[in-house]
Amino acid sequence: MRYSGFKVIAEGLGGNKGWKPAWRDPDPKPEYDIIIIGGGGHGLSTAYYLAKNHGLTNIAVLEKGYLGGGNVGRNTTIVRANYFLPGNQEFYSHSLKLWEGLESELNYNVMHSQRGLINLFHSDGQRDAFARRGNAMINQGDDAELLDREGVRRLLPYLDFEQTRFPIYGGLLHRRGGSARHDAVAWGYARGADRRGVDLIQNCEVTGIDIQDGRVTGVQTTRGAIRAKKVGIIVAGRSGQVAAMAGMRLPVESHILQAFVTEGLKPVIDHVVSFGMGHFYISQSDKGGLVFGGDLDFYASYAARGNLPMVEHVMEAGMTLMPMIGKAKVLRSWGGIMDMTPDGSPIIDRTHIDGLFIDCGWNYGGFKAVPASGWCMAHLMATGESHEVARRFRLDRFVTGHLLDEEGTGSQHNLH
Amino acid sequence: MRITCPLCGTRDRREFYYYGDAVYADRPDAGAVPEAWNDYLHLRDNPAGETRDLWYHEMGCSSWIEVTRNTVTHAILGTRLVSERNSRRDKFVYQEGDLREIKPQATKPEPKGTEE
Repeated sequence: MRYSGFKVIAEGLGGNKGWKPAWRDPDPKPEYDIIIIGGGGHGLSTAYYLAKNHGLTNIAVLEKGYLGGGNVGRNTTIVRANYFLPGNQEFYSHSLKLWEGLESELNYNVMHSQRGLINLFHSDGQRDAFARRGNAMINQGDDAELLDREGVRRLLPYLDFEQTRFPIYGGLLHRRGGSARHDAVAWGYARGADRRGVDLIQNCEVTGIDIQDGRVTGVQTTRGAIRAKKVGIIVAGRSGQVAAMAGMRLPVESHILQAFVTEGLKPVIDHVVSFGMGHFYISQSDKGGLVFGGDLDFYASYAARGNLPMVEHVMEAGMTLMPMIGKAKVLRSWGGIMDMTPDGSPIIDRTHIDGLFIDCGWNYGGFKAVPASGWCMAHLMATGESHEVARRFRLDRFVTGHLLDEEGTGSQHNLH
Repeated sequence: MRITCPLCGTRDRREFYYYGDAVYADRPDAGAVPEAWNDYLHLRDNPAGETRDLWYHEMGCSSWIEVTRNTVTHAILGTRLVSERNSRRDKFVYQEGDLREIKPQATKPEPKGTEE
């Protein structure tokens, strides 16, 4: 069924009785060409691009819970391409271009809104660093504008420009940055993959990976054994456990990142604003809720919920930056399990086992990468070669020393 | 979350700085092969369940503490000073009696294993 404005009106007049499920609910077959472990944003987009770009359709996506029930449904939905290092730059630039065509590509409203993203800076040194980053973004072909204090004031008059601890010197404006509707991205890719013949199998947890003579032959699941020629592990915060089934130890430590949303308010924050010095960023959803977050809770955790010290810290940072939000009531907070790598950059690579591939290490920046991650992982699994914009996301870079430490904070998982 | 410092007793998590997995206490020799450094700096067991990691009592006695805790429930299961680890090579294999039992110092007993 093709979605359109006309269809919405026609169905509305007809009592909305004509809508059909957006994807099938098949039982697993005994064998597939390719199995994707993990039905989140990255897994679903990988399956979609395997089918769309490479014509492979004998594929199953195995999801232990429900589609999009992990981090793709728990994030703060920022979409941007403001990276500095070669290796990251071209990848996120490619991803943003895919975002810009995503709705017509998927025939699905993912509510992608390029409302502009502003990273604030608070010192001369930070201004220089942002100017350099902006130039790198422009050289990559993306957009960046350096705003002075008055430039920021024109766009964000509600900030506290009088605060003395972190006086606002200006900001780096990335006009093509913005946000999207997180669930819709997962659903759109799921529907697109399903329509091309991919089996999306929910409530099917992988419990083992079968390997014979250094080659993957299939997986064991809670719904029986399934054979496959190729297997992709795309499970974000759970990467360590699934990789351990194949005898691998990853450069990944799982951490909690909390996020918060307030009651719905009238439009008040028109952009995505990040206040790095206070570890705070915020945007407003189309429903009106202020969506904001801060830094990790800092200790390794799988709890999918955080602790109060970070809640307090985030609220303090928000009040420091924009006191006007003080009377908004927080509706809820939650945590996601982040697969943190020691250099803050992801991994899209083959493993030492033939036919076994891994896509992980998205830290807390995985949402904006969903289209390009799937694009590049599909390219890798179909052709055996890394895609040119993801060729530095190698698993062995931690041994060879070719790190992609975007923030320059060193080899400590929780500092990125 | 409250952590029992072997010297100061049970304290708020905010007094402590988290460094990372207890593997950080087993620094390879300077001439070790790159794989050994990769193992030390980057690779992690990353368990969902019991783990051991290093915390620094920054706003207390400044001791480095090895904390055994559960990454799913956030329960603190035991603590000891890093200086009391058996050796640099014991590789945090848990053995019975390995952990020093910490008795709560306050008159109000702490419920064990329910802290968050």
